[in-house]
Amino acid sequence: MGRQILLEHINVPGINTFDVYRKHGGYASVEKALKTMTPDEVTEEVKKSGLRGRGGAGFPAGMKWSFLDRKSEKPRYLVCNADESEPGTFKDRYLMEKIPHVLIEGMITSSYALGAKTSYIYVRGEYMYIIRILEQAIEEAYAKGFLGKNILGTDYSLDLYVQPGGGAYICGEETALLESLEGKRGNPRLKPPFPAVAGLYASPTVVNNVETIATVCAIVNMGGDEYAKIGIGKSTGTKLISASGHINKPGVYEIELGLPVEEFIYSDQYCGGIWKGRKMKAVVAGGSSVPILPTELILKTAKGEPRLMSYESLSDGGFVSGTMLGSGGFIVMDETACIVRNLWTFTRFYHHESCGQCSPCREGTGWMEKVLHRLEHGHGHEGDIDLLVDVAKKIEGNTICPLGDAAAWPVASAIRHFREEFEYHVRYPEKVKNPKHFELEPFVPAAAAMATV
Amino acid sequence: MSKVEFSPDTLALAQRIIKRYPEGRQKSALLPLLHVAQAEFDGWLSPETMDYVASLLNIKPIEVYEVASFYTMYNLKPVGKCLIEVCQTGPCWLRGADDIVEHFEKKLGIKVGETTADGMFTLKTVECLGSCGTAPMLQCGADYYENLTTEKVDTLIEKLRASDNRSTYMKSNMQEL
Ligand SMILES: Cc1cc2nc3c(=O)[nH]c(=O)nc-3n(C[C@H](O)[C@H](O)[C@H](O)COP(=O)(O)O)c2cc1C
Ligand code: SF4
Ligand code: FES
Repeated sequence: MGRQILLEHINVPGINTFDVYRKHGGYASVEKALKTMTPDEVTEEVKKSGLRGRGGAGFPAGMKWSFLDRKSEKPRYLVCNADESEPGTFKDRYLMEKIPHVLIEGMITSSYALGAKTSYIYVRGEYMYIIRILEQAIEEAYAKGFLGKNILGTDYSLDLYVQPGGGAYICGEETALLESLEGKRGNPRLKPPFPAVAGLYASPTVVNNVETIATVCAIVNMGGDEYAKIGIGKSTGTKLISASGHINKPGVYEIELGLPVEEFIYSDQYCGGIWKGRKMKAVVAGGSSVPILPTELILKTAKGEPRLMSYESLSDGGFVSGTMLGSGGFIVMDETACIVRNLWTFTRFYHHESCGQCSPCREGTGWMEKVLHRLEHGHGHEGDIDLLVDVAKKIEGNTICPLGDAAAWPVASAIRHFREEFEYHVRYPEKVKNPKHFELEPFVPAAAAMATV
Repeated sequence: MSKVEFSPDTLALAQRIIKRYPEGRQKSALLPLLHVAQAEFDGWLSPETMDYVASLLNIKPIEVYEVASFYTMYNLKPVGKCLIEVCQTGPCWLRGADDIVEHFEKKLGIKVGETTADGMFTLKTVECLGSCGTAPMLQCGADYYENLTTEKVDTLIEKLRASDNRSTYMKSNMQEL
């Protein structure tokens, strides 16, 4: 196992409780920051660490913090994004369930750096049992003097609350999340103004992912420069990867950024290879929104270099031959999986989750869902594939928030890399009517081509 | 129809929740209060329940309706005692979610979206619940049931039938399967 920072003590019995967590070095970053550092010094360490947002976009956390309007008279807020609803992603849930205090600690240290006196953790409503766990951890932290008035006898005070969502993926988008936290529908806001200037209650606000905030503890403890030595290039540190699909060992793994993709998939330390002794067909490497890649391109870049688990390596080749690290939702498909059916489930998801504000997203996701549904159920038309490409293109870049892009990219990439499979669906409607068609008769591109002749 | 009102304990909880937000921002309590209300009043939000929540927060009823209808966890129609929500998104589908749904339909004699005649079970399919590593899975109330097989579904149906508790997102009925 590589370097473990967030999950180092995951197997310690009772690590979910304050006392055991504290005994293993927990809350040290709060002591260090509040007693020996100014808020700006904490921000400076986060900048030096090169930590990039772990929620999906990979924006440098220190830079985001430095944009926070510190001149405003209004209160400042830190809001933790624990909405975690991107299909394929379940790492935040794992961390909050097993080591809730690392998030509470990170919230305190980060809130101090940002000058927030009240902070919220917005958790997707379905994670109600996680909400219970967090509330209990917060209660313990209050009881031990790490939350509330004059923390550890300093003049810093902080109140921390957990807020449940109502079951809407769009509330993971940061401005929709803020709307939701204000008790409204989760409609993303037009930007600017950015949350750093006018976020929660029109006050300066930072929104960060669970993993980002939890990592701040280690950065403060070891120093930003030390943290930056872990990982590779601009992909510093470790990352939690949620591995799912057709692998032997699905689960959450902490990897040092820069780990070869091949090792991640086939090593027994991680995914343990493809299940049932089958071959791999494709991978969606960063949550349902990122482009899907066939086996050749996920293991090696178009230039023939080994692909690494890092922001840069995964996006090498752009959208022609690359993908994105995204949220770290790593979905593996074996040779019997149907790319069209998997895509249909994703598109149905985006259609269901579109907030409906922008016509290209609201209507376009519906169209794509309809066309994919008929392709997959044996009612496809000639021209459907080009229609999908066309609709995806018209959504991309034409919407208020990135959900539109997130819906378009999987469609565009699946057709780019697996066009023959889509054509097969048009050509053999009777065969694809059985939902398990490729389990019965794996798809072989060459055979499909032969059949055309 | 009896008057819609929280019990004293629930009302106290609601008041504590409302205090989490700055002065004048009490509307922020809306989503949590709707969860509380749904748990208190038979697992769904009637117009009367929503009006009551509006009165607690001093906002217009329409402000509650528009929110309740936006989020999928709020049921605007009555549901069975046990709301079975099977995840059907890609990662769960890859590991057999379709078979699980089909098995439920057969065992309960209903289709997705329907409620059994005895009012015990409502079957629903939902999108990714953040449990893809333990797929296929479902949610019933606050509880996640993971790594499902058709045998586990049989056991679960029996357990839920025997416990006769209403499943709610606020309360856990979790038992080992
Ligand atoms: C449709 C959509 C859904 C998102 N869902 C999440 C989410 O569930 N969790 C998350 O941390 N970020 C999510 N994001 C990204 C957030 O908008 C935001 O960039 C992130 O919370 C910032 O935190 P970070 O910089 O620490 O990653 C989503 C973005 C979009 C457009
Ligand atoms: S892109 Fe879609 S989800 Fe985002 S604001 Fe527009 S309609 Fe809503
Ligand atoms: S796809 Fe079912 S829990 Fe994620």
